[in-house]
Amino acid sequence: MSTADLFLWFFGGLLPLSAMAYFLARGKALSVESNHVRLHSRPGFYGWYAVSWVALPALAVSLLGSVAHLFNLIEIPSTMLLASAFGLSGAGLWYGLGHVKAAFRARQSVEKVMRCMLFTAATISILTTLGIVLSVVFESIRFFQVIPIWDFITGTQWQPDTAFLVGAGRADENVAPPLFGSLPIFAGTFMITLIAMFVAIPIGLFAAIYMSEYASHNARGRLKPLLEILAGIPTVVYGFFAAITISPIVVEIAHSFGLEADYTNALAPGLIMGVMIIPFISSLSDDVIRAVPQHLRDGSLALGTTKAETIRHIVLPAAFPGIVAACLLAVSRAIGETMIVVMAAGLRPNLTANPLEGMTTVTVKIVEALTGDQEFDSAFTLSAFALGLVLLIITLMLNIVSTIVVRKFRQRYE
Amino acid sequence: MNNRVDMDNQTDMNQLTEVTKTASFMNNNKSDRQIKRKRADRRFHWYGFTAIAMALAFLVFFFVDIIGQALPAFDQTEVHVTVNYTKAATKNYNKAVDKSVRRIVSRAWLRSIPQYLEAHPEMIGTSHDEWVPADSRVDQFIKEHDGHGLKSKYQRTVKEMQQENRVRSVFNTTLFTRGDSKLPEYAGIWAAAVGSVFTLLITMLVAVPIGVMTAIYLEEFAADNRFTRLIEVNINNLAAIPSILYGLLGLAIFISFFGVPRSSALAGGLTLALMTLPVIIITTRASLRAVPESIREAAYGLGASNLQTTWHHVLPLAMPGILTGSIIGLAQAMGETAPLIIVGMMAYIPDAPTSILDATTVLPAQVYTWSTESLRGYSERTAAGILVLLTVLLSLNALAVKLRNRAQQTW
Repeated sequence: MSTADLFLWFFGGLLPLSAMAYFLARGKALSVESNHVRLHSRPGFYGWYAVSWVALPALAVSLLGSVAHLFNLIEIPSTMLLASAFGLSGAGLWYGLGHVKAAFRARQSVEKVMRCMLFTAATISILTTLGIVLSVVFESIRFFQVIPIWDFITGTQWQPDTAFLVGAGRADENVAPPLFGSLPIFAGTFMITLIAMFVAIPIGLFAAIYMSEYASHNARGRLKPLLEILAGIPTVVYGFFAAITISPIVVEIAHSFGLEADYTNALAPGLIMGVMIIPFISSLSDDVIRAVPQHLRDGSLALGTTKAETIRHIVLPAAFPGIVAACLLAVSRAIGETMIVVMAAGLRPNLTANPLEGMTTVTVKIVEALTGDQEFDSAFTLSAFALGLVLLIITLMLNIVSTIVVRKFRQRYE
Repeated sequence: MNNRVDMDNQTDMNQLTEVTKTASFMNNNKSDRQIKRKRADRRFHWYGFTAIAMALAFLVFFFVDIIGQALPAFDQTEVHVTVNYTKAATKNYNKAVDKSVRRIVSRAWLRSIPQYLEAHPEMIGTSHDEWVPADSRVDQFIKEHDGHGLKSKYQRTVKEMQQENRVRSVFNTTLFTRGDSKLPEYAGIWAAAVGSVFTLLITMLVAVPIGVMTAIYLEEFAADNRFTRLIEVNINNLAAIPSILYGLLGLAIFISFFGVPRSSALAGGLTLALMTLPVIIITTRASLRAVPESIREAAYGLGASNLQTTWHHVLPLAMPGILTGSIIGLAQAMGETAPLIIVGMMAYIPDAPTSILDATTVLPAQVYTWSTESLRGYSERTAAGILVLLTVLLSLNALAVKLRNRAQQTW
């Protein structure tokens, strides 16, 4: 029996059974009430009480079975598992129906179960974080057992091509050892992020100033969704646009200035990434600028300053922490951006300050390492997790710093 | 705290006195300085306007460019040839057409002839004049695209056929009815679209209930203790984690650890669900918070329990907001590519999946695969795929905005 069949059997069986339990128990409760006996809870709660006794034990059994199967503890035949689950459901139905009595407090029991379920749902977000951290950390440790962490951080050469030989047990052959120096990769990420910020911060900030200080309420209502379209475009589309349309334009313009440019130059993905991030900065900055109390503006204008002077000297300094936080979040966004650079930036790690040359980024290398045909255990594949770990640390740090800055800003004006 | 307020006031005062000083200085040569300041003021206004204009100009340029690239893909060139359904054609499909047009007609179509004859044995031995799809190179040549790659010998044949009116252009239905193909003229987005639906179905089935339940717990039930705050900080951090790291999670946990089949809609859907979860939680919490306290108090006053209040009064009122958040999350998940590539959803998938455990690809991943192909025919199909994707996403977002506007209730 395949997993999909099991799934189908399970849900095909459990859902009707639960529905049956609900209506049976509720019907029984209703008939008890029609005899002028006052039940403690509303009839529906008795129904839900029966459902929880039908569904939860069966779910628990199947969960246990799959966990046992996963860790190869004991092999339980799936038919037996199914039979025991349904057996328990039947027993639960009988038990639940037996509790339709005037004195039984069904509502409290059901609410306790619901509370537990809500709490379980809330812990899943914690488990997700834990999952990300653990998966990245464990594989990284395996990587750093092969490649010294110091070489990884400070090395300037990224040549993993011979890594598969180690995995194949041919490490003693006469080839250069694989090199995993991540410096040029991080330099590429840094360069492209920098270009993106050069585009996004001025345009995003001025757009925010215009929307919050100059535009009428109506115009703002129209402009904001229009700008947000930019954030709704999938990154794979931006990547295609950067590679097919922008890159050739950049090369042509560079040529007209007598400069050499690669088709995988860092400028094209950087520019497009900047455009993508504009709405991010503009809407966050718009919020903080609007949060600056009106009396500060009024006071300044009353002293005879122009609107621009008020914005420059009063509003922007007041909103500064929030704007910084927005920019930090935008940076973390740019660093983690994948598809634009995968499609438009180069594959070759290149330690250079010239944005017209091809260079590569952390995310490109992660994708390359995990979509290749190398074994999962090779140092080349594992290097993706080490790069991911660094990416995770950087973005988390940026996020935490920006959260703290925003909190400080809020305390000041609320 | 008081101290800080004092200091802030002082800095504000300092700024103000500075401005006042400049203002009194300006009075000395009034007209000149004032003109300058007026100009600076106007310039500043203009900067803001330019920023918006640049962003919008980019938007227009972007859409015009993508649509311009995509439109040719909706036309497919067909050629009128004599097809000989001979016995030999069942073995060697090349025999079905005359040698002169063998490289003009689509090879994918040629290859389908033996299958066709197997299904229709009564056709064997007949010959028909038919409109058949042209090879992608011919198609590109007719559309006058650079880099069509058609040899000059065939160019001449095609021109002759054109003069004999044996070439026509029809709407490209293949694009919408077929899966991926190694030959551009037979490549379509159907398989990827079905894959997207499967994947997003799983994403929504997992993310919406868990997300809404988490939000209800945090907003309506949780006590303000350390654990609750930990969850809150955690959700904010999750929202900022780059999507590619969710791909690493999916690969290490779902695929390597739990043994979910690689490239399956299940693996991709679960990965995307975890990614969408923070979006749904955050928007749901906001809409729950917008329900005024008086509603809850009225319910409590009538003897309703916490759960009854939430279920009967708060949730229905917050529903439009929750729906908006779910749609936005869905749109985001639909356009996401990076984590899905990591879990292997960029495989070559010619047929639509039939179960959530089949190898599947999704629309954005299909767009990515096509964009890496070198044949000219694929690049217009990439743009066409993008156009379809953008249409769906923008409609979803417009729907969300509309819902939000309608739901915006002032209490």
